[in-house]
Amino acid sequence: MSTLEIIFYALSAFAIVSAIMVLVSKNPIHSVLWLILVFFAISGHYVLLNAQFLAIVNIIVYAGAIMVLFLFVIMLMNVKVDNEPQKKMIVKFIGALSGGSLLLLLVALVKQTTQLEGKQVLMKEGAIGLIHPLGQALFTDYVLPFEISSVLFLSAMVGAVIIGKK
Amino acid sequence: MPIQYYIFLCLTLFSIGVIGVLTRRNAIIVFMCVELILNAVNLLLVAFSKMYHGAALQLSPTSTAGIDAQIFVFFIMVVAAAEVSVGLAIIVMMFRNTHSVDINFLNRLKN
Repeated sequence: MSTLEIIFYALSAFAIVSAIMVLVSKNPIHSVLWLILVFFAISGHYVLLNAQFLAIVNIIVYAGAIMVLFLFVIMLMNVKVDNEPQKKMIVKFIGALSGGSLLLLLVALVKQTTQLEGKQVLMKEGAIGLIHPLGQALFTDYVLPFEISSVLFLSAMVGAVIIGKK
Repeated sequence: MPIQYYIFLCLTLFSIGVIGVLTRRNAIIVFMCVELILNAVNLLLVAFSKMYHGAALQLSPTSTAGIDAQIFVFFIMVVAAAEVSVGLAIIVMMFRNTHSVDINFLNRLKN
């Protein structure tokens, strides 16, 4: 087993265990901290795929900004662990069963897809994940969506302020 | 690394997110599970982009094929950041009105 495979399996197990802990944790703050660990594992996968720009952006935007916003809201609300509403056991069981069936169905579908057989992912090589080619593409072919996204941010900011002010 | 490994990993993360949306009643946890689903899809897009890029590199060494997927991932992150700010504002608003983050309070629109 090569080093790449060992890192891949370790990161995948780390991501899946942390994702399950997000669901299992009773305390919402623990859920947020586990979700941050999931994002770090996914960033590790990006580094493994040589998508360095996305790895850094994932950490800065998701683990840095979005999860801090979640933590801030949870601490602002001061939701108690013991009076947190729980679904009935049967509903939880049915939910887990439906999610598991979805996973089983999709895995079976991928397993019998012949077009994907023998296709390899390029690991740690290829320059498209670096800042230079991504910036070139972003400011030539995708400059209009990039500018429109700033308008989206402005409208989201105005919306959040107006919803929060009432 | 075969592409199937990445697909299986992302499908598992996606399904865990779906199970979280179906089984939890705390609105913030449900929202976090949606973020988990978005991240699983992002990872799959990057994996497919590298698969496509690897195939294109064998034809021409200077090809930048597959860069579109990574731009897409960047835009998904941008939209997710905007979505989270508005969504959390709505959850705070709901908490102020009902003093709870239980999503079952929100079924009043049903009637």
